[in-house]
Amino acid sequence: MQLQGKIIEKILLLIAFSSIFILALITFFIFEEGIPLVWKVGSKAFLFGDKWIPSKALFGIFPMIVSSFWVTCGALLLGIPLGLACTIFLSELTPPSVGTLFRPAIQLLAAIPSVIYGFWGLIVLVPLIRNHLGGPGLSILAGSLVLGFMTLPTIITISEDALKALPSSYKAGALALGATHWQTIWRVLLPAARSGIVASVILGMGRAIGETMAMIMILGNAVKMPTSFLDSARTLTTNIGIEMGYASGDHRQALFATGIVLFFIIMVLNTLAIFLSKRRVR
Amino acid sequence: MTVAGSTSVEPFAELLAEEFMSMHPEAHIYVQGGGSTAGIEAAISGAANIGMSSRNLIEAEKKLYAVTIAKDAIAIIVHPSNPIEDLPLDKIRQVFSGKIANWKELGGPDHAVDIVTREEGSGTRESFQKFVMRKEDISLAALVQDSNGAVRQVISSDPNAIGYISLGLVNDQVKALRLSGVQPNLANVNNGKYTLVRPFLFVFTGEPSGDAKSFLDFVLSPPAQKLLLKEGLVPVVEKLE
Repeated sequence: MQLQGKIIEKILLLIAFSSIFILALITFFIFEEGIPLVWKVGSKAFLFGDKWIPSKALFGIFPMIVSSFWVTCGALLLGIPLGLACTIFLSELTPPSVGTLFRPAIQLLAAIPSVIYGFWGLIVLVPLIRNHLGGPGLSILAGSLVLGFMTLPTIITISEDALKALPSSYKAGALALGATHWQTIWRVLLPAARSGIVASVILGMGRAIGETMAMIMILGNAVKMPTSFLDSARTLTTNIGIEMGYASGDHRQALFATGIVLFFIIMVLNTLAIFLSKRRVR
Repeated sequence: MTVAGSTSVEPFAELLAEEFMSMHPEAHIYVQGGGSTAGIEAAISGAANIGMSSRNLIEAEKKLYAVTIAKDAIAIIVHPSNPIEDLPLDKIRQVFSGKIANWKELGGPDHAVDIVTREEGSGTRESFQKFVMRKEDISLAALVQDSNGAVRQVISSDPNAIGYISLGLVNDQVKALRLSGVQPNLANVNNGKYTLVRPFLFVFTGEPSGDAKSFLDFVLSPPAQKLLLKEGLVPVVEKLE
């Protein structure tokens, strides 16, 4: 019996290690393919160059870093207020019966394939923006709106967990001191769950930066530096997604190098999120 | 048997190879990309039985035996509501390089031009660059889409857009512009009046024989050519029935 348990334990260990091993392999491969190009063109020219013309050996991804930043910030401008409002509503203001209806619906948002979001954005949002605000319609604004909705499940689920994890004495104490329900939420519960909420926002940010398919469809993928929310833009992920089909040689390596930059951004965001959500549990 | 070369021809060659192998189960055809030049070199070195090229052979390569299996014409397309019907090549170049940024300058409505182009590395983009842009660059502000279909989708919904796709994929959602009076259609491609045309070549080191010949014969047969027509290419065989 004990032997059997030991064997099963070892097998599980092996499986766990194999997933880490595959992750390490992917990481190694991305770096092995991307680093030579960064050496070749120089890390400064690669990170801060403003021209991406692979056919002329110009590999500057600065416009894409900036675009990723714009699109993500735009998404959070929509995602944070909407997500927080939803969280407060779900955890504090709604009768449980309504909550049980809403929660699966919000989780369903995460299950919708991103290509569907992209298609909806392309068919509904893009013409609206083109007709009413001008520009080509395929724009940072359209991308941000769609991404904002895509970050909602992450933000709502995790920040609701953070609110739920608070000791019930916080709420009871605040109410006993004579605070209204709203004052309790705003002055006691939200600040107490702050780190969890921030972690949810950072994970939402990671989701936004990593999104590719929907963005290829909605952003228009122009490689110039964006100057307004109505401009077309290309993010780091869409740069890889749109050009990998035919890329070879240096061009292909430059796409892997783009992946390295993304890798670092996502690592920093996830580390931050883990750090913050750990601090919540005291 | 290995067929290698142009990434523009590759998908069509794959399709034809599949079709050929379903009719001849004993045949094995491997289709590889790599680019026209790589394909021609592979044919010379013997690494591939057939090289695929989407450009004409240069002088040094003329000793090879090349067969045009189809032609691919590139149409300049705009939204059907666009009043412009006809543009000369140099105007199109100025539009795509960003020098003409408003339809007003071309006699159209007072509205900014939305340029739509293909991604770097695309064979269609390379041909467009060579035939239309020549030494000039396509504007960096141009919208980039990663397939003929995606370019068509964007242009069919944006009244101010202009782009380019394979002629065979033009439908009534978009309008193909005349090029200095020449309508892009099969007749004008075949008589040489419409010039934005590139050949799709199969390249051999000598007169093809054996498996290579039976595959070439199949590719030039009416059913295969009809398949290519359906996929958007201009067939080289007149009678398809």
